[in-house]
Amino acid sequence: MAVFFTDDEYRVIEAACARLIPTDDDPGATEAGVADYIDSFLGAFAFDPPRIWAGGGFSGRFGGTPRFAAFHRLTALDELAWRTRIEGSLGLPEREWNGPVVGLQERYRDGLRLLGADFADAAPDEQDRRLGEHKDFTALLYQHACEGMYGAPEYGGNKGLVGWAYIGYQGDVQPRGYSDDEVSQP
Amino acid sequence: MTRDFDAIIIGSGPGGSTAADILTAAGWSVVIFEKGRNHLIDLDEPSRLLEDFSNDEIKFLYRHFLGPDPLLEPRTFRRHEGEGDRIRTGEVNNVPSTVGGGGTHADGKVPRFREDDFRVLSEWGPVDGATVADWPLTYDDLEPSYAEAERLIGVAGDATANPFASWRSGPYPMPPGAPMYGALLTSAAAEKLGWHPYAAPTACNSVPYDGRPACNNCGFCGHFGCPIHAKGDPVASLRRALLSGNAELRPETFVSRIVVEHGRATGVEYVDRDGATHTERAGHVVLAAGGLETPRLLLLSQFEHPMIGRNLMFHHQTYVLGKMAVRVHGHKGRSVTHVHDDHLVPDAESLAAAREAGLPWFKGGMVEHAGPAHPIIEARFGPWGARHKDHMRRSEMRDHLWGFCMQGEDLPQATNRVDLDPAVRDVRGFPALRVTYEAHAHERVASDFYGAKLEECLTLAGAEWAVRHTSPGSIDPVSISRHVAGTTRMGTDPKTSVCDAWGRLHDVPNVVVADSSLFPTGAGYGPTLTLVALAIRNIRALAGVTSLPGG
Repeated sequence: MAVFFTDDEYRVIEAACARLIPTDDDPGATEAGVADYIDSFLGAFAFDPPRIWAGGGFSGRFGGTPRFAAFHRLTALDELAWRTRIEGSLGLPEREWNGPVVGLQERYRDGLRLLGADFADAAPDEQDRRLGEHKDFTALLYQHACEGMYGAPEYGGNKGLVGWAYIGYQGDVQPRGYSDDEVSQP
Repeated sequence: MTRDFDAIIIGSGPGGSTAADILTAAGWSVVIFEKGRNHLIDLDEPSRLLEDFSNDEIKFLYRHFLGPDPLLEPRTFRRHEGEGDRIRTGEVNNVPSTVGGGGTHADGKVPRFREDDFRVLSEWGPVDGATVADWPLTYDDLEPSYAEAERLIGVAGDATANPFASWRSGPYPMPPGAPMYGALLTSAAAEKLGWHPYAAPTACNSVPYDGRPACNNCGFCGHFGCPIHAKGDPVASLRRALLSGNAELRPETFVSRIVVEHGRATGVEYVDRDGATHTERAGHVVLAAGGLETPRLLLLSQFEHPMIGRNLMFHHQTYVLGKMAVRVHGHKGRSVTHVHDDHLVPDAESLAAAREAGLPWFKGGMVEHAGPAHPIIEARFGPWGARHKDHMRRSEMRDHLWGFCMQGEDLPQATNRVDLDPAVRDVRGFPALRVTYEAHAHERVASDFYGAKLEECLTLAGAEWAVRHTSPGSIDPVSISRHVAGTTRMGTDPKTSVCDAWGRLHDVPNVVVADSSLFPTGAGYGPTLTLVALAIRNIRALAGVTSLPGG
């Protein structure tokens, strides 16, 4: 259940991410839930605490108490920064001490318009053409798709660790770490 | 006059934490102001270190967890005045703004400077366009403090391995940690070229030390806080200071002004987490906000010395990176385990190259053997679409990339400076700091000369291809180096230096600078151990633990 995108918007983002990080013999953006990652970032303030910084110190995947899912509380200044970055300054004086800020939500809504409401049902070649045409938005989307594919799953993507598994990456190895042999040998 | 504390310390990084450690050990009461958040240590129970740091690429590399947030605290940049007020607003050389400062994010390389680094003008001579100077102290003066610094923060290293090292009074407190596989390959190649690679001195525990565990090679080192606190800098000093009962640490408080009355600092004004302004008084002020924020605060406080903010230095970083035929897994290990110093000292060949380029001499810097990368970075450098997955499976970056980063010495220039931006403000309404910076020909010529040698070495080590970049330069005009120095340089002449030989402001001697702003020249080594050693020496003098020269 998306917290920021409408169902139609979610379908477009999911389809676009599937072109950026496709599914082949290995899972891609769709299986990793990259659209969920982006949705929960743009909708970070629908959660309490907001889903900005996952907790520390250990994920539990290699021992220790799992605490990544306990996101950090934000201070008033942290919240001001992240609301401004995500929602934009929206004409609010307390967010515009250096002038207006265009938020990520607005950039996504603009990008969705550029890709077109019919994007999810367009042919793959046509989808690639539109992504290639709107380079600025595609660059932003690709950055977030990479985070959602290869970041910690507590942020909503990399479901089942599929992003790490197919590249042979173990991820957050604390508190086990790597042995001296794993570091020094081929 | 009421003095609530013996000293106010501004900044909780390596310099401020060291000052707090030394002063509280001498029985002083101190308050430490830190504008960033506290993710390091339980302030109610300082023996307990927090568990906020994690192996989390998103949190540390893309979401500003260690601060400063470039929206809240933007900085601006221009290469020179001819470019107008600025060409960049936002993130400029953002050393962490958090309890522990730059020490939290570093991968812990802590080399000493060499003897000639303290007398560059006498040893190598002047360079046109640069303000090369000798330090007002020698290596011999600082050596006892270097040894103390290595003991206090815990440094692992091999005292016998580097023929370019200056003398030392004793061994490192810990042996080196596990060498990274890639570093073994490039070290072997470097030795074939007659160079002298050695185990990097690192403030990462190789064995349990000072109640903290040994590093377990997780690979999230540079740019990340250590989840198990195996990095000693500045955790060790800060914890001791707080456990003394004589130190109070106030995170999320921004010091906006040092208050001066009749030539003496009487305290500071600060803004608390709720935006309210307060005053705190003390007999002394220790300024340790780092190479950029220290001069900014002096300028915000309307100190008038014309040299404040000038002679800003970074390191001119030369990156030579290539794809190794074998998987070198640079994401396993403590980021950098080997370095070499062969490009630090001018020789006949480099002097000839310098003369050809119209320079009297040039110096390079310590060369780190490294190949760190994480999967999100690797993905972002790769293509989207059909080729993306193969890019990631081949992993030419995370798993195969290896090479060198030379921390090239950056000559001081009076025109390279920090000042206050005329229009951009931070969230609290204070002027942002502006960096005006352009490299000298010295750095570019040295980078070209040694960069070619490093490419040859990397090919010899088994690289299928190699690329070379410099910062500043081919990557971005803004230096990505977090090694910042020189902006309140120390010296004996009050006209050409901001601080005296003991770090005290010439104009207001009860303000002592305790960070790399003091450095007259930057050397080709990371600044941390030297700034910690200087703080030990200068703050001991302040506390009367050793006597000041001339009484």
